[in-house]
Parts: sequence; C-alpha cells; structure tokens
Amino acid sequence: MAKVVVLGAGVAGHTAVSFLKQRLGKKHEVIVVTPNSKYNWIPSNIWVGVGIMKPEDVTFELAPVYKKKNITYKQARAVDIHPEGGADEANPYVTIEYTEEGRSGETENVAYDYLINATGPKLNFSATPGLGPEGNSHSVCTWGHAVDAAVALKVSIEKMKKGERQKFLIGTGHGMATCQGAAFEYLFNIESELRQHGVRDMADMTWISNEYELGDFGMGGMHLKRGGYITHSKVFTESLFTERGVRWITRAHVIGVDPGKVCYETLTGEDYEEEFDFAMLIPPFSGVGLKGIDKSGQEITGDMFNPAGFMFVDGNYTAKPYEEWDAADWPRNYQSKGYPNIFAAGIAFAPPHPISKPMKSPAGTPIFPTPPRTGMPSAMIGKAVAMSIADMLEGAKETTHTASMAEMGAACVASAGAGFFKGTAVSMTVFPIIPDYTRFPVYGRDMDYTTGEIGLAGHWIKYILHRLFIWKAKLKFGWSLIPE
Amino acid sequence: MNKNRKPYDDGYFPPVPTGFTIFMRTFLPWQIYRFIVINIKMLGMIRKSHH
Repeated sequence: MAKVVVLGAGVAGHTAVSFLKQRLGKKHEVIVVTPNSKYNWIPSNIWVGVGIMKPEDVTFELAPVYKKKNITYKQARAVDIHPEGGADEANPYVTIEYTEEGRSGETENVAYDYLINATGPKLNFSATPGLGPEGNSHSVCTWGHAVDAAVALKVSIEKMKKGERQKFLIGTGHGMATCQGAAFEYLFNIESELRQHGVRDMADMTWISNEYELGDFGMGGMHLKRGGYITHSKVFTESLFTERGVRWITRAHVIGVDPGKVCYETLTGEDYEEEFDFAMLIPPFSGVGLKGIDKSGQEITGDMFNPAGFMFVDGNYTAKPYEEWDAADWPRNYQSKGYPNIFAAGIAFAPPHPISKPMKSPAGTPIFPTPPRTGMPSAMIGKAVAMSIADMLEGAKETTHTASMAEMGAACVASAGAGFFKGTAVSMTVFPIIPDYTRFPVYGRDMDYTTGEIGLAGHWIKYILHRLFIWKAKLKFGWSLIPE
Repeated sequence: MNKNRKPYDDGYFPPVPTGFTIFMRTFLPWQIYRFIVINIKMLGMIRKSHH
C-alpha cells in the first residue's frame, strides 16, 4: 500500500485529496495535513466581510468529511520536506507539527511515496509596516479577518447615519501584491451595502492598487469585444468606477499603514499620503516557509523553492526579459525538479514569471501585480496532479495529466452587490489565463472565450457557484460531476 | 453630484452607461437570457481547459 500525502486542504489540496481517494479507494492511503480544522470557500469571504453571510456559510469542519471518506486527516502544519529520507529513515518523509487542540507543538515524521505541496500562501502582512488586522487595516483573506472587517464596516455605517463622513480605502497593500479581484469585489460590495443603508452620499470611496491601469487584475488585463469594438478591460473597469463614484489610485506601492493614513510611492517616484477611516488592503503572498532537507541533514530549500518560498516545478525558470516570455514557460504537470514524486499545486508552485509587465519606480521599487492563481486554476491543477499520481500508482511511467495556466481558461465572477433581483456581478472569462501570442498573435487570448459583462445574471451565477462548490467540497452526492 | 467627473480628472474620460444599459442589467427577461449565454460560454471555456 502506497502513501500519498497532501499538504494543505484549500482549493487545490482538498480537490487533490478528493480525487485521489476516489481513484485509489482502499488500495492506497491518502493522508491530508492541514493546520486548519475548517474548510473555507474563500471567494465568498467578501460576503462575510460586508455582513451578509456568516462564517458558517463559507466554512465547514473538515474532520467529519475526511472520516466519511476514510481519508487520514492530521491537523498539523508541514515544517520540513525530506525528499531523500534521513539518517535513520530510508524513505522520504515530511516533518509536521500539530496544531490540533491537545497536541499543539507535537511533531511527527510522515513517510510518503508521493507528496503534493498545496500549502497555499502565507499572508505576508509584515512586508508593509502597519498592514493587516494586527496593524491598521482590514483583510478579507480569511473568514476570521472578514468577520472583523464586517464589524468595523458596521461601525462606519453607524457613524455615517449620525452624519459623520467616512473615507474608505480598498485595494492592495504592497507593490507586489496580487488578488486585485478580491479587493475589487469587496469595494463594490461595500458600495452596494452603503446604498442599501442610505449612506452612500456620506462616503468617499477610493481604490488604491499596484496595477499599471485599472482592470489589470494581475494578468495584464484582457481585451474584450464590447459595443462593436475590441477594448481593454481598463475601459470596462474605469467605466464601472466612474459610474459608482469611486476614485482610483494606481501604480502605487503602499510603504506603510498608520492609523487612519497610508503612505505610498508611485511608479514615477513621488511619495503621497491618503487618509482613511476604513481600509481593506490585500497583502502580498509568500510561500508558507517549508524547508527542504537532504539525506545528510543539509538544507536544500534554495534548490526546491524560490526566494518567496514557492516550489519549483516543471516550468522554465530561466530569467529573461518581458519580450521573451513564452506561454510554454509555464508548468504543465507540476512535478518538482529533481524529485519526481513531489508535486506542487495551486498557489504553492513557483510561477516562472509574472503575467503583468514588471515595472519599477526610479528608486527601484517593484510596483506590479504578481500572478494570481485563483480557485479555478488551483482546483484544475489539484485534480490533474491527483490523476497523474493515481495513474503512476497504477503503472504509468510518467505524469498523464496536464493543467498549464497557458492552456486553460478561468471564469471570474466578481460580485458588485447582492440581492436576488437587484444584485449585480461582473462575469469575466479569460482563455487562456497566460497570454499565448503564438496561438493568438494579436491579443494573446481567444476572443470568443474572453468576455466580460455586468448584470444580475452574474450575481445568480456567483451565488449558484457558492452553493455548488460548498456541496462539492463537502463531497456530497455527485460532487465529482461538478466541474472545477 | 459625482465629484469624480470633473474635466480632465480620471473620471472624466471613461464611458458611462446610459439609463437603458443600467436598466438592462437587472431586467429579468434579458438577464435570464444572459444567464444562459454566460453559462454556455463558461462551459465551453471549461471544456477547452481540461486536458
């Protein structure tokens, strides 16, 4: 019986675990290691952050789900990977440290035949002084952060009802942050909530981000067919901001967040300040800090992970100028370099390069979004890796499934206000995620499958996806029929 | 009053939707049709993405 260990139970890890167990049944053991006791459907956190959903609507306990499916569950965080084994252990193993109540701090070496690193991101608030819930701004990156943000939002709404103007600042909290889409959704959900409460005229709303232009979303934006023209998503996004009366600051690296004020540097090298009463700023992401250790006990972290802590896989990591970037640089099977029984899925893999064009201020500060790896690609990668491992355990000589971000599309439905009859959302599809100028020479993308529109239909889709993906994650009847 | 839309400010230049466009965003028959179209597009895109 082989052991497949999956580190992380987010979108990528949980998807991989689910398909591995479905394929392998009782023939092999599937072990999941995650520091969290709950699954969190993160895309819906923005609704928790405005108080229209409760934490229990976007989370559920993992233990009963894994018990039902006979999946070994260890509530622990991974510390070190020993891909060659160790002095007293011939087989590769991973050292974990329990976070489970009653076992906190206890360590264990878990041997594996195959390992999937799906540890996701570390929310690197410390990259910007004062950033984050422990500093002076809010976050919606976890359900707990979103609950705190909703409480603060309620306080601001009460102040406005009493006649006190409030300044809202939403966006990214660092020059190399990603996940602009989540901040975008939160901005427009707040805007919608303020209208519902009749206090929109008492709020000054400002967007701040590291994008070169609005509508970049960390993927260089996209071109869309609209109104008889092919236009960049900048036009579409600026239109929405103008319509909703939201001011914007782009090309900005937030230097620090003080109480009620951010300081930021722009691509042109100037420093500015922006005051706020309520700020939600997305932090930059890094890897979770896993280390690699060889058989002799020497650290090989630098061989396995990039400086930000993301794992090298089968991509082309040769440094080259923007003009020479190629869709073929992006990983296809997510197998670790040097260790074919280790894979990385979701945010844990190292992107070969950004998607948005890298830019620097005169002082040398990088100010551009890093590549987003949203739910859909993370789930598709998790499934592809799981299927390859299952095939290899059944005799395949090499990986059998691929999930290159340059060969897959993504659908993003960004809520811009809730309500069954009055809600709206921006529905976007992009294909492929990584522009491929060989296949699509002009815009890098298939214009038939790269779309964007705003309307009530998008809100319905967003709500249905919320229900479907929670159903799927709970591994209820027919879960595997729901596409990633 | 939209303070953003002053001559030569950022908000002066983008296209803004007409009343008809805003109406259509929540007009049920049109949105039911768009719901079907968007889902077909998304399913097509998902089909092209799986290898």
